[in-house]
Amino acid sequence: MVTVATGDSRRVQHGPSTTRRALLRGGGAAAFVGVSAAALKLPFFGVEGARVEAASCVGTDVSASQKELVISNWPAYIDPRRKKTSTSAVFTAQTGITVDYTDDVNDNAEFYAKVKNQLGSCQPVGRDIMVLTDWMAARMIDLGWIQELDLAEIPDVTANVIEPLRGLSWDPDFRHHVPWQTGLTGIAYNADAVGEVGSFEELLTRADLKGRISLLTEMRDTMGFMLKLTGADPAEFTDDQWGTALDELRKVVAAGQVRAFTGNEYIQDLAAGNIVACEAWSGDVIQAQFDNPAIKFVTPEEGLMLWSDNMLVPNGATHQANAEAWMNYYYDPVVAAKLAAWVNYICPVQGAQAEMEKIDPSLVDNPLIFPDDATLAATMSFMPLDEEQITRYEGAFADVTGG
Amino acid sequence: MTSTAGVAPLAETDVTQPSAPDDVPPPSGRKRGRIGYLLLLPGLAWLAVFFVVPFYSLLATSLFDPSGSDTRGYDMTYHVANYWNVLQDYWQPLLRSLWYGALATAFCLVLGYVLAYAIAFKAGRWKNLMLVLVIAPFFTSFLVRTLSWKLILADDGFVVNTLQFLHVLGDDGRLLATPVAVVAGLTYNFLPFMVLPLFASLDKIDGRLIEAASDLYANPVVGFFKVTWPLSLPGVVSGTLLTFIPSVGDYINAQLLGSPNQRMVGSVIQSLFTDANDYPAAGALSVILMAIIVAMVLVYVRRAGTEELL
Repeated sequence: MVTVATGDSRRVQHGPSTTRRALLRGGGAAAFVGVSAAALKLPFFGVEGARVEAASCVGTDVSASQKELVISNWPAYIDPRRKKTSTSAVFTAQTGITVDYTDDVNDNAEFYAKVKNQLGSCQPVGRDIMVLTDWMAARMIDLGWIQELDLAEIPDVTANVIEPLRGLSWDPDFRHHVPWQTGLTGIAYNADAVGEVGSFEELLTRADLKGRISLLTEMRDTMGFMLKLTGADPAEFTDDQWGTALDELRKVVAAGQVRAFTGNEYIQDLAAGNIVACEAWSGDVIQAQFDNPAIKFVTPEEGLMLWSDNMLVPNGATHQANAEAWMNYYYDPVVAAKLAAWVNYICPVQGAQAEMEKIDPSLVDNPLIFPDDATLAATMSFMPLDEEQITRYEGAFADVTGG
Repeated sequence: MTSTAGVAPLAETDVTQPSAPDDVPPPSGRKRGRIGYLLLLPGLAWLAVFFVVPFYSLLATSLFDPSGSDTRGYDMTYHVANYWNVLQDYWQPLLRSLWYGALATAFCLVLGYVLAYAIAFKAGRWKNLMLVLVIAPFFTSFLVRTLSWKLILADDGFVVNTLQFLHVLGDDGRLLATPVAVVAGLTYNFLPFMVLPLFASLDKIDGRLIEAASDLYANPVVGFFKVTWPLSLPGVVSGTLLTFIPSVGDYINAQLLGSPNQRMVGSVIQSLFTDANDYPAAGALSVILMAIIVAMVLVYVRRAGTEELL
């Protein structure tokens, strides 16, 4: 009874509205298809290049009247700022410049995507300093996105930068970049869980590590090792050699050896026991050792990747003079030693080693903070890439790592 | 609705102009029609700005010359081969996403139906509290909730140890970095989107219909399938859509809880866009994903036949 009644009333009452609905639905679908088809006929415009003329995009410097400075940096890359004695607080006390400091750089590629539209069309990004890794810094300088520094304002920088960071091909005399920290990429392992992992080859092939290692999503770090492992030189390689190295990585991933490709978060996985060994950045490992001495950093037989993170003043920045004051301040060896004691990466400032004696003597002879000649001799760097290579290599690498 | 709208103007003219009903057009009717279109404007403008324009730009991007770069810019060459190329390269993550999305939706439906049923019919005075509890996880961010699953499912954690003790998992078995963790994460994260529409449908059901079913000698199971289930179909359809669509495109769960071998299409698009800066490929893959989902949803809604949704 009930079903019959509802069925009937439905047919009667909803009859007209259903047809109208069907009409609307059909119309909607037709419109959608129509718009899509029309879109194919409509003029589509290409997109212009993001390269700009740096000189024509410089922001007006209002440093004299606005004692402010906006900085974007990586997480855990400065001593705790709230303390009155912190390097940042002392800077503010000395200069009267208030610092708006954000740790919103988690990934070079992601940060690039974030600022691309503004910097590619001469718009400001609301920052006075951003800190990016060497290859990304080189790319942005090449695109004309970075303001030129006044060398007269940063005398301590030019005087105190350590030798390995001088004369880099992409910006030999610090006209556009100033190193913030630099570091090494090697292997970390948990000595409580597994025996020493001495080489990248062991990391990728040892059976007791299967599914319990992680590698880094930074293409240059991971592929630097893969290239070395397959007999090529990361500083100068051909497309074929790249292909061989990538195939090797693909095999390792398919075999289930690699649990994940990560950014900084590998350190939590290592502490939690989800992984027992991994490709790692030196400073992270030293910081982790304070909590768990069983975590060790190894210089792999293949060598170490050397990289640097650099301060850049983007186009449209309105406090360049304040930014230069900040850069110069951190190249005072006393300040640099204080920062290095907390950050634990390689200190880019000459003379900081002597100052470290007063702060934490245990760190003075740590080759991961003040590298000796033997450590530096083992370092490798990655070949500079052009835009076309970046797209091709990063794309192929991301296909293997799963982004 | 339709019939009253059609009749009302006639009735009005009858009252105001009883002598000459023919030569006076129904003014209120026309006005009402115009106002109706005016009222549509904000919605249409919103759609135009936030859907049509971005979609147009996405479609354009997907047809760019793939040899372009950020330095040189991208030329519009109507390079349709982009579509074929990304399909060849990424059909695996694409299928995997649809599969994981379907699995998560099925689990959500089973879990969500039981929960929504309990809240609607059995919760009594606890009904509101239980609804708040369903929504409560939203007070924490999506990312934090997914990251907490990493702790819960950790290799040395309580869950894995218990399962190993019960021999459900082997001694070197694990949950993280497996499809199980990814699908479980998706199910967990999208469950509320299933429960709420189901609850809304179930709560509306007139209890007397179920009583009538048992009066007519239907046992509870038959009663459920003849009365409750059909009446809850609108909730089922909107719940499955609200779960399936976002879970297919999701990449956070696969990224945090999976390994490279569980990667979903969302990750691929994200890495094509941010890491490789291969905008044409990223655009083409996005359009393909969108087209597949729209097609599947259309077929599904037709088959399900719930007109309340369209």
